[in-house]
Amino acid sequence: MRHIIAAIGLTLCAGLVHAFEIEEETVFEGGSNQLSILSTTDTQAFAPLITAFQIANPDVTLRYTVANSQQVFAALQEGAAFDLAISSAMDLQLKLANDGFAKGHASTETMALPAWARWRDQLFAFAQEPVVMVASKAAFDGNPPRTRAELIDVLRSDPARYVGRIGTYDPVRSGAGYLFATQDVRQSESSWRLSEVVGGLDPQLFTTSGDMIAAVQSGDLALAYNVLGSYATARLDGGDAVVIEAVDFTHVLLRTALIPRTAERADLGAAFLNFLLSTEGQRLIENETGLPRINEAALAAGPHLRPIRLDPGLLVFVDPLMRQQFLNEWTAAVVQD
Amino acid sequence: MISVFSPAGSIRQRLVLILLVVAAVLAGLLYLSVRTVADTAVEATQDAILGAATVAISEELRGGKDGLTIDIPYAAFSMLGATGQDRVFYRILVGDETVTGYADLPLPDVTLSGLNPTFASQVYQGVAVRTGAVSRSVLVDGVSQVVTVLVAQTRTAQDAISRQMANRAAALGLGFFVFAAVLSIFTARSVLTPLNRLAEAMERRGPQDLRPVERAVPAELVPLMHALNGFIARLRGALTRTEAFITEAAHHVRTPLATVRVQAEIALRQTDDDVTRATLRNVIRAVDDSARSAGQLLDHATVVYRSDQRADERLELGSLVLDVVDSFHPTADMRDITLRMEPPSEKIVLQFDRLLIESALRNLIDNAVKYSHADGFVDVHLAMVGAFGQVKVMDRGRGIGTSNTAKLARRFQRGENVGDVIGSGLGLTIVRDVARAIGGSFEIEERDGGGTCATLLLPLA
Repeated sequence: MRHIIAAIGLTLCAGLVHAFEIEEETVFEGGSNQLSILSTTDTQAFAPLITAFQIANPDVTLRYTVANSQQVFAALQEGAAFDLAISSAMDLQLKLANDGFAKGHASTETMALPAWARWRDQLFAFAQEPVVMVASKAAFDGNPPRTRAELIDVLRSDPARYVGRIGTYDPVRSGAGYLFATQDVRQSESSWRLSEVVGGLDPQLFTTSGDMIAAVQSGDLALAYNVLGSYATARLDGGDAVVIEAVDFTHVLLRTALIPRTAERADLGAAFLNFLLSTEGQRLIENETGLPRINEAALAAGPHLRPIRLDPGLLVFVDPLMRQQFLNEWTAAVVQD
Repeated sequence: MISVFSPAGSIRQRLVLILLVVAAVLAGLLYLSVRTVADTAVEATQDAILGAATVAISEELRGGKDGLTIDIPYAAFSMLGATGQDRVFYRILVGDETVTGYADLPLPDVTLSGLNPTFASQVYQGVAVRTGAVSRSVLVDGVSQVVTVLVAQTRTAQDAISRQMANRAAALGLGFFVFAAVLSIFTARSVLTPLNRLAEAMERRGPQDLRPVERAVPAELVPLMHALNGFIARLRGALTRTEAFITEAAHHVRTPLATVRVQAEIALRQTDDDVTRATLRNVIRAVDDSARSAGQLLDHATVVYRSDQRADERLELGSLVLDVVDSFHPTADMRDITLRMEPPSEKIVLQFDRLLIESALRNLIDNAVKYSHADGFVDVHLAMVGAFGQVKVMDRGRGIGTSNTAKLARRFQRGENVGDVIGSGLGLTIVRDVARAIGGSFEIEERDGGGTCATLLLPLA
C-alpha cells in the first residue's frame, strides 16, 4: 500500500508546537510536497477524499489537522501556517476572509460555484447540510412536530413529559451551535419564545451533533434541536429516531474552505480546493463522506431550505460585544437555574 | 476642349473628414460625460447603502442606567452585501475610546453629524475603502456621551459597476461615432449634390453653347454663377467680334483686289504696248496671288476660330467635293489643266462643319492646280476606307521632293522645290488643322510616276 495512514492522534507532532488546541493530526504519506490542512471535519469522513486526491497527486504528503471551529479561527488569526482551512463555522470563516486572512483564488472550479456558495474569490463552500431536528417518534406519540410553532405547542401542552429530554448545542462552547442560535434569532423573533419554552424544561446542552443523536437513539432525549443533518442521516437506521426538517424554515449550513494568507504551499491548497469542488470531488463528498454536495437543485426543491448567506451580516455576531450580549440573553432564556 | 486639372483636394473628403473629427470629439465627450454621470450615480448609490447601514447601527445605540447598549442590526451589514461582495469594516467609539470593531479604522478628518452620514474615501489595510461615519450624543446614566459609528466598505463592487458602465459608455460613444460617420457621408453627398449637378450640366454643354447659365443654384454658388456668366458673356462678345472682324477683313481685302484686277484687265485690253501689257500681266498675277494669300490667311483664321466654334451638320462628301472642284474649273482652264473627279460608289456622309471641310478641300485642290504643269491632269478620288471617307488629290506636278507631311504642314513652311510658284505656306496647315479638328488624318507623299498625292481621311458620321 502506497499511502500509509499514520494516525498520530491527539498528540502534537514532534517539533510542531501549536498555540491552539487540536483534536487530531494525521499524516497521509506521499511524495516530498507537503500539504497541510486545518479542518473541523473528522479525519474519518475526509479520508476517502484525501486518498483520491493522493492517487491523482502521488507526490503530495498531506498533514490533516482537526480542531474545533473556534480553534481553527484562532489558529489562522495567530498566523499558523496551513495551506487550506476547512470549517463549518461560516461566520468565523467570513470574518477571516473579510479581515484579510485569506488568499484570493480563481479557477474553473471556483467560478462554477453558484454565487451563494462563495464569497469574493476567497471563501468557497464545498458541502451544504440542513440543520435539522432529531426526534424520538415514541416521545411524540408517533407524531413528531414539523414546525417550531408545533414544537412549542407540544412542549407547552405537556411540559412534564419533556423536562430534561430536550437537547441542543451549547452556543458558548460550540461554534456551530452559536452560529445556529444566532441565525435562528435572525430568522425569526419566535425563536426567543422557543428558547424560553425549552429553557423552562431544563434542556441538556451538547457540543457535538453525534452526542445529541446518540442521546435521542438511547431514549435519553425526546428531541434534539439544531443537529447537523449529515450526521443524523448517516446514523439513523430506521429506528425510533427520525430526522425532521422544520417546514417553517430550515437553515442550510455551508462547509467552507479558504486558503490562508500564511499558506506556504498555496498552490497545493488550491489544488486540493479545486479537487473538492470538482465533479469527482463533489461525487466523493456525496457518496463517501456522507456530506451533501453543493446542489442548487436540492435547494430549489425545498422551499423551507434557507442557506445561511455568505455576506457581511455574519460579521455581526462575531463582534465580541454582540457575542457577549447574545450569549447573556441566550443563557438567561435557556439556562434558567 | 477638355483640360486635365489636378484637383486641389476634394470638398467631399474635407467635409467628411471635418464631420468625422467633430463626431469623434462629440463621441469622446459623450463617453466622458456618461462615465462621469455613471460614476457619480454609482458612488451615490453605494454611499446611500453605506449611509443607511451606518445610521441603522447608530440608531441602535441606546443609553440607559446600565451604560451603553450596542446592538448591530444583522441587516445593516447584510445590506452591504447587496451590491457585491465587498469587505466590511466598522468601528464604534464612545468619546475617544473604541468599544468594538476595528480600532485602527481611520476617522474622517471632518466634523461628523448625527443625522446625515459623512463619507470619505480612505485606505485601510492597504485597500481603498469608502467610509460612512455618524456621530451623535447618547445619554448614558444621565451623562451625555459622544458616540461615533464608522462603517467602511471596499470598493470592488463599485469599481466593477463603474467598469461595466465605462464599457457601455465606450460602446455608446463608438456607436454614436459610427452613426455620425454614416450620416456625415450622406450629408457630404447631399450638400454637394447642387455642385455636382452644376458641374454635370456644364460638362454636357456643347462648345457653341454660350448662353448664360440660368440654373437655380444655392446661395453660396451665386457669386460663382455671376462670375461664370460674366465670363461667358465676355467670351461670346469676343468671339462675335472675331467673326465680324474676319468677315470684314475678307471683304475689305478681297473687294479692292478684285477692283484692281478688273481695272488691270481692262487696261490690258486697251493697250498695245508690249511692255505695258507685260507689266499689267505681272500686276494681275500679283493681285491673284495676294487675293489667294489673303484668302488663305482668312481661311486659316476661320479654321482656328471654327475649330472651337463648330456648327456641325450632316454633309455628303461627294457633292461637297464636286462643288469645290467645279469652283476651280475657271482657274484650271486658264492653264489648260483638266480636273478629273471619280465619284464614290456610295454616299459618304460626315457630321462636321461645312465651312471647315470646304476650306480643307479648297486648299488641297488649289495646291494641286497650282503645282501642276500646264496641260496636266489633277485627279480627285473619293472612297470609303473603313470608318473614314477618303479624299485623294493627285497631280503630276513637281512633287514634294525630300519634304514630308509634318514639315510641309507647318505654318508658313513651304516645300524646298516651290521655285517660282507664289504661296503663303498656309494651305497645308489649314488642311492638317481641319483633319485634326474632325479627328481624321492628312498625309502628303510623292506619287508613283511623279507628282504629289495628298490623302485626307475624314471620319464618317
